[in-house]
Amino acid sequence: MLSVHSLSRLHVVASFELRAGECIAIQGPSGVGKSLLLRAIADLDPNEGTVKLDGILRESMPAPLWRRQVTYVAAEPGWWADAVEQNFARWDEAIPLIEELNLPPTCGAWNVRRLSTGEKQRLGLARALTLDSRVLLLDEPTSALDPNATAVVEAIIARRRSTGTGVIWSTHDGLQARRVASRLFIMSGGRIEEST
Amino acid sequence: MTYIRLDYSDLVLPALLVVMNGACSLALQLGLERRLAIAALRMSVQLVLVGYVLTFLFAIVSPFWTAVAAIAMVLFAAREIVARQKRRLQAIWSYGLGAGAMLVAAGTVTTLALLTQLRPDPWYHPRYSLPLLGMILGNTMTGISLGLDVLMTGLVRDRAAVEARLALGETRHHALLPVTRDALRNGFMPIINSMAATGIVSLPGMMTGQILAGVEPVDAVKYQLLIMFLIAGGTGLGTLAAVIGGVYRVTDHRHRLRLDRITSE
Repeated sequence: MLSVHSLSRLHVVASFELRAGECIAIQGPSGVGKSLLLRAIADLDPNEGTVKLDGILRESMPAPLWRRQVTYVAAEPGWWADAVEQNFARWDEAIPLIEELNLPPTCGAWNVRRLSTGEKQRLGLARALTLDSRVLLLDEPTSALDPNATAVVEAIIARRRSTGTGVIWSTHDGLQARRVASRLFIMSGGRIEEST
Repeated sequence: MTYIRLDYSDLVLPALLVVMNGACSLALQLGLERRLAIAALRMSVQLVLVGYVLTFLFAIVSPFWTAVAAIAMVLFAAREIVARQKRRLQAIWSYGLGAGAMLVAAGTVTTLALLTQLRPDPWYHPRYSLPLLGMILGNTMTGISLGLDVLMTGLVRDRAAVEARLALGETRHHALLPVTRDALRNGFMPIINSMAATGIVSLPGMMTGQILAGVEPVDAVKYQLLIMFLIAGGTGLGTLAAVIGGVYRVTDHRHRLRLDRITSE
């Protein structure tokens, strides 16, 4: 599905294959380059190497189209409008997910400045999930969530995987990595190695 | 048309007003006296020199020397644009974008006025083209520097928001639209304010100069209106060109935000 070969960005170098419906966890300490790697796959920063989706070279398709299929979800999502719903392209489609994430549907009218970090994280994830991407690049998606909310997020992502969505999940949490992923990669010194 | 001719000795008394400012600065320990003296001296030398240069240019009426003077004015204005920005594009781009936008905007508007409304003979006559270009450049420069400053500062401040939109598959134009609009609004604001205040709050320098030189106020007003319309057109065109050019430069063909191309002062 997603093929990453000799992808390099600054000190980070990686090669691996992600199959449809598979979840790869990338674990490593802060600053090791997990976000750099995910951003490079999404083509958000200049990088070198070969990345393909279903055999199609990333550079052969427009970058916005690539990112709608291979979507990066930041640990601290950005907001460009005051009201929550103005930051969603398809608010109505997001409402069931938002309710599942234990937020009321009326939160669309809330001001983003008054959201907690955890609320922002859940809403950012819901916003990305409305795209129905082929691959999700999740950058510490539960770092600001309590155990209950974390379990809900993990369940939603597992359901997406069952429909064929591939997931790359970066996390500090070794237990979570083993819980959500079928393969675990350890990142050290900018390189990733599969843990057996 | 008659006007009251001034000698350099007539400027001594008004110059004492600047000396008075310096004395105030000393008395109140503002620490501005040195900068005030340098600025006043610099202005005097620049104006006297430009007086001789213009006298020379008006005497020879050469297309080559008129073009050289116009390009020098654009380059000095580009330097001023760069100096006014807290965050700017790297190296040659910071000068090139400002100079290019001004050349396009002020050049187009000045040529338009020379060829259609003023029609001097020859059309590039420096007596008309250079003062006109100078007035348009002065105002266009303000619009461009404000527009670019707001664009660069806004992108650094709103990086997370812009990148969130890019990550969701929006194009660079769409993702940068709020910051771009903000930059354009700020670039346009001085000329809008200036047009709204002209005639009530302030009498523009050119119109005042013409009246002092003996031109009938109604005729001076027509010239001033012409100049204001040209300035508004030039500022709009220049700000638009500079901000759109800036948007292209701080992004790339893969719709990535390239803040690495911006430096701080």
